Amino acid sequence: MPEETDMLRETATRVFADHFAPRDLGAVEAGHWPQAGWAAVEDAGLTRALVPEEAGGYGVDPAEALSILRAAGGAAVPLPLAETMMASWLLAQAGLAIPDGTLSVAPVLPGDSLFATRDGDGWRITGTASRIPWGRSVGAIAVLAEGPDGMVVAMVPSGGWTVTISTNLAREPRDRLTFDAVVPRAAVGATEVDAAQLQRLGAAARCQQMSGAMDHILALTLQYALDRKQFGKPIGKFQAVQQNLAIMASQTAAASAAADLAAEAVGHGMGITPIAAAKVRCGEAAGTVASLGHAVHGAIGFTYEHSLHYFTKRLWSWRDEFGGETEWALLLGRAAAERGPERFWADMTTL
Amino acid sequence: MNAITFPKPPPSPEAEILRAEVREFLHTELAGRDARSKAESWSGHDAEFSRKLGAKGWIGMTWPKQYGGHERSALERYVVMEETLAAGAPVSLHWVADRQSGVQILKIGTEEQKQKILPKIAAGECCFCIGMSEPDSGSDLASTRTKATRVQGGWLVNGTKLWTSSAHLADYMILFCRTGSVDSTDRHAGTTQFLVDMKTTTGMQIRPVYALSGAHHFNEVVFTDAFLPEDALLGTEGAGWKQVTGELAFERSGPERFLSTFGLVVELMRVLGRDPSERAAIALGRLQAHFITLRRMSRSISGMLQQGLEPANHAAMVKDLGTTLEQEIPEIARTLITNEPTAETTEDFLAVLAHSMLHAPSFSLRGGTREILRGMIARGLGLR
Repeated sequence: MPEETDMLRETATRVFADHFAPRDLGAVEAGHWPQAGWAAVEDAGLTRALVPEEAGGYGVDPAEALSILRAAGGAAVPLPLAETMMASWLLAQAGLAIPDGTLSVAPVLPGDSLFATRDGDGWRITGTASRIPWGRSVGAIAVLAEGPDGMVVAMVPSGGWTVTISTNLAREPRDRLTFDAVVPRAAVGATEVDAAQLQRLGAAARCQQMSGAMDHILALTLQYALDRKQFGKPIGKFQAVQQNLAIMASQTAAASAAADLAAEAVGHGMGITPIAAAKVRCGEAAGTVASLGHAVHGAIGFTYEHSLHYFTKRLWSWRDEFGGETEWALLLGRAAAERGPERFWADMTTL
Repeated sequence: MNAITFPKPPPSPEAEILRAEVREFLHTELAGRDARSKAESWSGHDAEFSRKLGAKGWIGMTWPKQYGGHERSALERYVVMEETLAAGAPVSLHWVADRQSGVQILKIGTEEQKQKILPKIAAGECCFCIGMSEPDSGSDLASTRTKATRVQGGWLVNGTKLWTSSAHLADYMILFCRTGSVDSTDRHAGTTQFLVDMKTTTGMQIRPVYALSGAHHFNEVVFTDAFLPEDALLGTEGAGWKQVTGELAFERSGPERFLSTFGLVVELMRVLGRDPSERAAIALGRLQAHFITLRRMSRSISGMLQQGLEPANHAAMVKDLGTTLEQEIPEIARTLITNEPTAETTEDFLAVLAHSMLHAPSFSLRGGTREILRGMIARGLGLR
């Protein structure tokens, strides 16, 4: 239902435009928390978009829900919106209540494990997880932990972990958290979700964000090429610049198509192939689009003052988060080789 | 914002039912073919195969039944195109007619032309070639110098067409040429399209032009007072430019723009085996990610065609991205298997690698060069 997708994304785009201008992004990078913006996002219900109807959500198709993140990526929204959406989804999958306020998920790196052990009438959550988005500032974290009888999800409120500050290239918080929390029984639920699935959801989310950021970089670069004059005419009149913009447009379109495939997969069994393919393709496009965006902008785009870097730095970070191109391509390639050449084409046509 | 987006392709359960049928047919028909002949991709020709495909109802699929068509959807047609290409079927004798020439006749031809030619194309018994390029008119198609002059009962054509694939096999050519004098204020004016009967037209000489591989795909076609009857006019006299750009849009959107070296990937996988090195697996996975994305984009175009849209810029993007991938594949394959490709080898992989390398340069030339396509995309972005 493309109309609904557009409606949800339009709502999101409007909220983001009202509350986040590129000039505010510097303040956020310097540590200012945009409370009014967050409140507007939460009031618009965007944080609950991935929650199924039976768990108190709106019953929106997950692909539509994820399109919010394309708009967010297009505005470099400096909030844990993707993470709150993912955490809400994870909590809902485990039948847990979803608190208001900012949320994140842990763990996010394949090598990190967290543990849940019984502690009196409640549970004790322990372990260390790195690169947790917004770990220092969120109200609670949906922790996917290894319990005595399988995987569980625990809703751990802030205070349940200690923080070692770290950031990604875009200066978004990506902290190392050491958990030691005791939570009541009602805050823990068994889950069918495993770390690999959470990784896939994160990858699908980052693909949408990257796609949105590329949309914005293309628009910004196009406008600059029309405005900036050298040798007596707009630089966009030069064929060399036109060819660069054409490449950017094609890469942006490819990333968008791939990100859509991943978003659709989230609602259909979280299939690994479309999500892996999308993360590989979006990541590759991100490198090209960022590089050519800077090439066309020249020196001004290399300054902190210009807004281009808020978007290119995010691309350089997001393409590695929840698995970079190499990891996902290895997974795809091994699976394809294992299935063999005779099935290679047929498997792709099922997507 | 002028960004070009690719909408989700509409679901088509009929197309998926058809897919199984097409696969079964190809499995039987191509059983005896070796990897090298499959590597010909859409350059391979086989009259019997084209006839059989026609008999199945898989050529001219979307055309009206009254002209031999089957009134099926663009998505069903897409399935037949991609399955035949992926299987390495010899499709060149009907490909151009099915993809663009027949469509052009259906769109602008006379009733008589439609009744005479379309059923033959749909039966897989009518091969078309494209009369666009000339020795001095490559990317700059509007500079065409081949000229048709009105005479009693028709036209006399003089001039030369070049790079004309299958001219030596074709039944017809759609000729793009000049009929009016050059207008310095409108260089697209005074051009016209004609249907040239390649079997009966006199004053026409077809000479082979061998490709760098030594293969004979394309030709030079010289017209010396070649007579075309009145009813050879296709569409409207003087409307040639508008017509030919419409024809080019059909030429660019399909899966043949990213599957030309798909057979090499299959052979590469055979050599790499079930447990490839990490480096090879990463390279393979990346190629798969590109195939999956391009297929999504190409199917999206097919959905737009089904809705009656003319996604020319979308097609330019798919062709640019697709031919880039096609050309990358032999370059990647040769880094994963360190054996020198030769034409004489008995190993399928090396033979297909040799074939792919020797044909790859043409991928981003035929159907509009990469630079021209990017110029079109830039125009779509509002830069020109």
